[in-house]
Parts: sequence; C-alpha cells; structure tokens
Amino acid sequence: MSKIRIATTSLAGCFGCHMSFLDMDERLVGLLEYVEFDRSPLTDIKHCQPCDIGLVEGGLCNAENVHVLREFRQQCKILIAVGACAINGGVPAMRNHYTVQECLEEAYLNGVGVDNPMIPSDPELPLLLSKVHPLHEVVRVDYYLPGCPPSGDAFFTILSDLLAGKEPSLPKAMLHYD
Amino acid sequence: MPKSLSSGAGQQPHDHLLHRLHDLQSRFLHIPPLEIAPLATELDLPVSQVESVIDFYSFFHRSPRGRFDILFSNCTSCGGLTLMQQLCGLLGVQPGVTRADGMVSIDQTSCVGMCDQGAAVLVNGRTLVRLTAAQLPHLAQLVNTATPLDEWPADWFAVQDNIRHAGLLLNDTLSAGDGLRAAVQAGADQLLAEIRQASLRGRGGAGFPTAMKWQFCRDATAPEHYVVCNADEGEPGTFKDRVLLHSYAQQVFEGMALCAYVIKAQHGFLYLRGEYRYLVPSLEATLDAMRTANLLGENILNQPGFNFDISIVLGAGAYICGEESALLESLEQKRGVPRVRPPFPVTHGYLGQPTVVDNVETLVAAVHIAVHGGEWFRAHGTAQSAGSKVFSVSGDCTAPGIYEYPFGISVQDLLEACGGQDAQAVQIGGPSGTLIGRAEFGRKLAFEDLATGGSIMIYSAQRDLLAVVRNFTHFFAHESCGFCTPCRVGTPLLRKYLDKIASGHGTVYDREEMARLGKLVKRRSHCGLGQTAANPLLDLLAKFPQVYAERLLHQDYEPFFNLDAALTTTRELTHRDDAEAHLS
Repeated sequence: MSKIRIATTSLAGCFGCHMSFLDMDERLVGLLEYVEFDRSPLTDIKHCQPCDIGLVEGGLCNAENVHVLREFRQQCKILIAVGACAINGGVPAMRNHYTVQECLEEAYLNGVGVDNPMIPSDPELPLLLSKVHPLHEVVRVDYYLPGCPPSGDAFFTILSDLLAGKEPSLPKAMLHYD
Repeated sequence: MPKSLSSGAGQQPHDHLLHRLHDLQSRFLHIPPLEIAPLATELDLPVSQVESVIDFYSFFHRSPRGRFDILFSNCTSCGGLTLMQQLCGLLGVQPGVTRADGMVSIDQTSCVGMCDQGAAVLVNGRTLVRLTAAQLPHLAQLVNTATPLDEWPADWFAVQDNIRHAGLLLNDTLSAGDGLRAAVQAGADQLLAEIRQASLRGRGGAGFPTAMKWQFCRDATAPEHYVVCNADEGEPGTFKDRVLLHSYAQQVFEGMALCAYVIKAQHGFLYLRGEYRYLVPSLEATLDAMRTANLLGENILNQPGFNFDISIVLGAGAYICGEESALLESLEQKRGVPRVRPPFPVTHGYLGQPTVVDNVETLVAAVHIAVHGGEWFRAHGTAQSAGSKVFSVSGDCTAPGIYEYPFGISVQDLLEACGGQDAQAVQIGGPSGTLIGRAEFGRKLAFEDLATGGSIMIYSAQRDLLAVVRNFTHFFAHESCGFCTPCRVGTPLLRKYLDKIASGHGTVYDREEMARLGKLVKRRSHCGLGQTAANPLLDLLAKFPQVYAERLLHQDYEPFFNLDAALTTTRELTHRDDAEAHLS
C-alpha cells in the first residue's frame, strides 16, 4: 500500500502550530509507517506535488501567501486550516485595525530608531495585502483544526481519523481552551 | 448592592446615568472625556462602568456630532436610505462624518418605530415622519441657517396614531381609575384570580402567562418588589406600544399600578426606548394627572398602605434592552447585556429584588380585565391565546397602521383588511420572527401557530426578498451586545456570507456554509437575539430557495474579495507594477 502523502506550510503564522505538530513525539514514528512528507519544513521541498493532505498554518498577509495557498489547494485532496491564524487571521490580523499604509509608514518611516527611512520596493519582496485574511476567504477549506496552537493530541486525532477513512471529530476536551 | 434610584421615584430620575449622559450628549454633542470622572464620582459609580455604558449605547458618542444630528431609520418599512444619500449630497456631508463646520452629521439608525409613516428620521432625538424627497431642500436650508427645531414646520413632527381597526382594548370606554377602583373593591387576590381566569399571556411575543408571573413575584419574599413596563419597542416593524403610550398612557400606568397592588410594589419604571423620547412630556403629564387624582402616590384611592409611583427611564438606542434581563441591567445603569437565567426577574430582578417585567399592551389588557372580568376577556381569541392582539402593520399595503383583532385571525384576513393582498411574503413578529410565503397565508396569528409581538411587515412581488433578509441580518450584527462569541462573531459572519451572495459572488459552498453557521449561531447563542438572528436567512432558504439560487455562481469557489485590488495600496507605495505585484 502506498503511503499517504502530507504537505505542510506556514503562511502568516509563527510556526507554533508546526512546533505543536512535533509534540506528537514518539507517535510520529508510528505515523511514518503510513505517511510520508512532501513540502514541509521537515523535507525542505520547495514546491508541493500531488498530495493527499495539506496542513496550512497561518493566514494570508501577502501575495506570496496567496500563491502558496493556491498551490496547496491545487495539489492537496484534503486541505486543513490549522490554528487560529489560518481560521480567523489571528495575531497578524491585529493590523487590520489600521490601513496597510499606516502599518508600513510606522515600520519603515516613522518608527523609533528607523535609519534611512524608506518603504522597501525590492521586487523580491512580496507585496502586502491591504488586510490579513483567513484561508477560507481565498480557497475552499475542507477541515478546520482550531487552537493556538492545536495540541499534538489534536493533530494526532485528526490525522488518525483521516487515515482510518473517518470524518474527523475532535472530542470536546481538545476544543476547550480554559 | 447598587445604589437605588428611589430618591427620585415619582419623577424622572435625574440621577440616572443614562439621563445624565443624554444631557451631556445634547449639551456638548458628545460625551466630553473630562466630564466622565466627575460624573462617575457624583453618581458613585466606577469610571469603567460609565465608560462602558457610553460605548455600549448607540446614542452616545465619543467625538462631536453636528449641531443637527440627523439619523435615518434603516428599517425596511420606515427606512429612507436613498433620502439619506440625497440629503448628504445637499448638505455636503458623508454619512457618519460630522461636517467640518460642526453644523450637521448624518447617519443611519435601527428602526425608529414609525413604520406606518416613513420615511422617518431622528433630528437631535426628535422624530420627524413622512419625509419625502421634495422636503429635502427645505430641510437642508433649515440646517444651513441653523434654524432651531421648534421653528421647523410643526407638521413634520406630527406622529399619527393610524388606528385602522379597534377591538377589545382600543375601543376604549374606560375612565381614568376604573381599573384601580374595581381592583381595590375586589381585593388583590380576586384581581389575580381574574387575570388567571382571563388566561392573559404576555404581549411582547413570548406569551408567558401573566398571572403566573405576578404570582411568582408576589410569593417571593424580599424587602422590595418592582414593576417594570417594557416600552423598549425595538423589534423592527413594531409600533403598537408607541400608539398605546401616546393615546392610552393612562391605562398603561394604571396597569402597572394594578400589578403593584398584587405584588406589593412601591416603585415602578417605564423603560422607554430612546427613539420615543418625544413622548416623555405627555407621559410625565399623565403621571402628574394620576398623582393629582390619587391614582398614584401614597394611599392610592384611600387604601392605607397602597403606595406606588412610577419613574420613566429613557434608553439610548440598544435593541437588546428589549430583552427583559438586559433591560434590568440598563435600569441599573449598566451595559444592556442579558443575564444568565435562572434566576428569573420574578425572584431576582431590579437590584436583585423580585420584579415583574411586562409589555405595554399586557398592562393595558390587565386594566380591562380588572374592570370587565376574566370571563369577558377569555371569551375572545383562541384556546391558547385569549383576548385580542394589537398588530403593527407596515410595508407594501394600502393602509399601514394599527389593527386590533381577536387572536386567531388568519394572515390572509389581516392582509385583506389592510390592502396587502398582493404580498409575496410577510414577516411575522419582526426580523426575529417568521418569514412566510403565500402558501402559508392561511395560518393563524396566535401563540399556538404564528406568535408575534405585533410586527407584521408586508412585502409585495416587487420587493427583493434577499435585500430584505440582508437588511435584517445587518440589523442583528449591529445590535449584538457582544457578550457571547457565537452571536458577536457569528452575526457578522452571516452578514458577510449574505453580502457575498447578494453581490453575485456567492457559490453553493457559501450558501451551505452560511446555513451551517446559521444553525450554530441559533443553537449556541446566549440569548434570544443570537438564537433568532439566523431565522430570516434560514426561512428564506427554506421557503424561497430560488432567491438564493438565481444569485449563485456556477463554480466551485469564489474568493471573498478582489485579490488584485487588495494589492493596490502597496503597489502604489512601492511604485511597483511588475508581474509579481499582481494577483489574478
């Protein structure tokens, strides 16, 4: 039986969800009996190939995020929005209370200690979107894994359910955060 | 325990936070930051509480409004947003932004209860009705010349009752004090027995048996008991309390006194929605006349120990305060956030004391029952809905206004009475109620079938029902108090999905997600606002699916926003126009 192929990436996120993914600890070893990783920080593959499951952490703050997300949507049969930022925009979306112009001016022109003030315009740098958006506002999302970050147990449960061909279902304890 | 307001009982309590904030707002056109701390000290309230109240209510502002602050209703019946745009053009002002010279600000507000005589606006809190496009140049001139409101044409402010069909209550033959005289003659036990015999149920919409409510409150042992009349008539399309408070106010107050007689209350409050501020002078005059006639005050009708008086407390533009526990919070000078129930107000209400909160119409009915008896009342209506109901009929009909009929009248019969036979749909009970199509016009208006607090909004075939439902969904998102997450977050998300579908960018996926979310908001919200906020869009989906279907794109998915346009600002700031600076 061929292995289930999983790709992961972090967009406008902090990689905290990925760190939590590693909290599956020794269960990762068992999981590798059934899955292999495509694009992911574990493999350093740059572009996603056809996959069964895509795990996307973080929301969308710039044009590159949009390209990566679209590639994931195109290549992954099942796309999962992982964590608060992917689902709601999270901490990066706090800039949505300001215009993107105000943000850039504060960071590159008027901020304390700014040397040689100018807004960077190198074509290598992806342009910022006017607001930070959650994933489902740009592509269809199949499942949501909430949490900031979702626990290792939550990752294990959703992946185990999908590997077993079941509709993922997280028990209340994994969705209860206080 | 919070400080009691009883020092001002009998008068409009000047030491009530809401009234003090109303004063500051009208004097300074906003709440000046420097006034907040002294006010908090004077009223013995935490500064944080005063701050939170200022932010909670729509009619208080942090930055100055214009000398003429003009609010257009955005209700589907008394709204006039096209007129608002025209007036903005005439006066050179953007909605929500005060003009540079400080003379005028224009904005929208939720339904102001003038659905039978729209378009309606509030100008500095005063209600202006039947506004037409032809009046706008004159109005703009009055604003630009800073003409005081008292010198504006008086007929602009002439709110009419529009009673089209009177029944048990509105065919009024009672004299002031008839109800109280009958009550003190029979005694409190007998009065309660008559109310029970009448099977009177609450007229606000929920239909709780009134006698049971009074009995529970009477049985609760506590130092004080209170009567509160819920006159926060905020459900769009409802305006029957406006008419009762204008032309039957004596009976409303007498009904409160009857309740006080039964539950042994000494203080009562009429919680009046801020939009009905223009009624305050006549209500105060009615209260004074009743005091003079010994129908309020001490030893009422010479009954030793029957002491009762009423204060009017004016709300400040918050629909949620129509929910009884939110209303009590507002009376207690706090944000109008619904309480966790139980305990119910009958045992733990105003200031934690047993409190009856009754609808305006319920109290009027109680007076008639006191005079004519429970049997008389019970003889009208249906098995589970005794008596009559005062309906507020508006929308696409020839004679909008007040219609009183016995419970059990069919929607079709009511439509024929008001000239609304061409309706494609009727919204029963306001946005939080039920949307019905022609197939259901045979249904009865009664608690056992279609319950309503009185709002009947009629929509002809020319109306775009998606626009109507979108209006309602925007209303709920605006009025959510923000206390619980399903409602605070859910109602704006529902608004977002509907806007997307209405603008022609929705897909089947969006419609399914919206329905799924709607059911979640309904099931998980803390109070009735969130529990009913999805009703309009779910009713529309169930009964008029084609209204959605014809707007949907035939593709799997469409983003929520224009991706390339989202890069416009940063393209300009970086002077870039290369391929990577665009998104298709």
